[in-house]
Amino acid sequence: MLVPYVLGRVAQLGVVLFLVSLIIFSIMHALPGDPVQLMLSGAESGSVTPERMEELREEMGLNDPLPVQYARYIGGAVTGDLGTSVRLRSPVVDLILDRLGSTLALSLGGIFFAVVIGMTTGILAALKQGSWIDTFSMILAYVGVSLPLFWLGLLLILVFSFQLGWFPPAGQEGLRALVLPSLSLGLISAGVIARLTRASLVEVLVEDYIRTARAKGLPKRIIYLRHALRNAFLPVLTILGLQFGAMLAGAVVTETVFSRPGLGRLVVSAILWKDYPLVQGIVLVMATTYVLVNLLVDVWAAWLDPRIRQGPT
Amino acid sequence: MVDASVADRTAGGQLLSSLRATRSLTTPSLVLGATILGAWILVALLASAVAPHDPLATVAGARQPPSPDHWFGTDRLGRDVLSRVIFGGRVSLLLGFISVAIGSVIGTLLGLVSGYYKGLVDTVTMRAVDAMLALPGILLALVVIAALGPSITNAMIAVGVSTIPRYARLVRGTVLSVREAAYIDAARLLGVRDYKIMLRHVLPNAAVPLLVLSTLEFGSAISVGAGLSFLGLGAQPPTPEWGLMAAVGREVLGRAWWISTFPGLAIFTVVMATNLLGDSLQKILDPRLRSR
Repeated sequence: MLVPYVLGRVAQLGVVLFLVSLIIFSIMHALPGDPVQLMLSGAESGSVTPERMEELREEMGLNDPLPVQYARYIGGAVTGDLGTSVRLRSPVVDLILDRLGSTLALSLGGIFFAVVIGMTTGILAALKQGSWIDTFSMILAYVGVSLPLFWLGLLLILVFSFQLGWFPPAGQEGLRALVLPSLSLGLISAGVIARLTRASLVEVLVEDYIRTARAKGLPKRIIYLRHALRNAFLPVLTILGLQFGAMLAGAVVTETVFSRPGLGRLVVSAILWKDYPLVQGIVLVMATTYVLVNLLVDVWAAWLDPRIRQGPT
Repeated sequence: MVDASVADRTAGGQLLSSLRATRSLTTPSLVLGATILGAWILVALLASAVAPHDPLATVAGARQPPSPDHWFGTDRLGRDVLSRVIFGGRVSLLLGFISVAIGSVIGTLLGLVSGYYKGLVDTVTMRAVDAMLALPGILLALVVIAALGPSITNAMIAVGVSTIPRYARLVRGTVLSVREAAYIDAARLLGVRDYKIMLRHVLPNAAVPLLVLSTLEFGSAISVGAGLSFLGLGAQPPTPEWGLMAAVGREVLGRAWWISTFPGLAIFTVVMATNLLGDSLQKILDPRLRSR
């Protein structure tokens, strides 16, 4: 049963990616603004003749009708060719591959902190409803969605780098440099995960099979770990894909805060450089990563819980 | 997967549904949220009267720490940070209002037409909405900025555009739930025009969820807009804008923490207030949620 489910999801994924690329392409091309003019806006006025601009337009295929341009773009994208960066003069794919790892490490680090902090808080809150940790989990959730990500990063730098000197404020050497950026991403999502863990655990704890386990005289530790937590984890798992998207998007900000090289920082530079192919390529790769991670998460959930496979997802 | 991203107003959606269960925050959170937000709106409107200094003028030495003369200190150019934070409220609140206006109007129209006529229009619109929602968080706004160029006006447009899909989804859902209702049939039989049915008879059903969504989007727009400015893609110097101020302060964070800290705190309070407000409004206005 799992295989058809996965195949169905993969087919859906193809459609979504096609639509995403179409949307990105449409926004970038349908809105007013001449890429060539924008590209050359930095050049000294008069240094580029109208003939040269026309030549550039022809060279970049900007004179073709949009559908033709899109078809060419998507054709290239499928074969791993996302064009050439105008500014850096190298293939967009190479530039992206150079930095993808760093951004993925950051996002995974963010998920790690979000899950560890969130689930720990959520479990404690569920086991001790109405206690201070329950209140804390709620405040954490509220503060988490309200904190501007870049500000949280700056505060972490202030406290843990400048005051305590525990972690470097910038750079990407080693795991230590990964801690603060990941933590800032993770804290944003930790509250949500805490509340969700709490809610699902509270629900699970009154299930019959928990009562049975209790009646059997199983130790509490085993009931919680083996019976309750396993089932309470599913809802958390299903939002992990979504949270991973938040991490990827957050990387755009976090990488700038911590001066970490990565896709997020590159896309910001690319926008400032008016480097259209580079912007387009990075956004497409980030969206693809997001969609792929969601697929993996969904398959994982379906594998854990057969009910999902049957559903009309 | 795509359905899951409806709640993509970052974690807000899920969070709110879980917070709904807690009754203790109901009234105090409404009062607290409304008070903080109201105070900010007042401060922004009366900025020139409230601010102790000209936000653009050098009024003291550079990087003075907070003192009785300059409560929030001074920035690298010797400008009064408190005055800049106060004037920054204008930029950010305006951004919130304009973005929400763009997103809600366009999104609502798309949702109405899509849900009312169904068929091809619906399919096309909803696939576009799906695709837009597949771009996580700030990315859709980034694409729009990339196309339009960095500026605060374009940031408002970009943030507004990025909220369109959520409005379209919401309104379409409401339309689908009422389009078969007897009073809609009656209106149709009476020969009422489609656009009138949509606006007069269908749309009011979406009023409460629209109000709640707009409140929440207002806060998130301010946060995202400040983020864009922080990245250099929104407001440009010397505009007193919270995100931009934080970005400039970041370069001297070790020596002058106050330059970044206070503008960030301002964003936090506004966004927190709108979240409290939106959550309470939902709880109060939507009776279906009370029983949960």
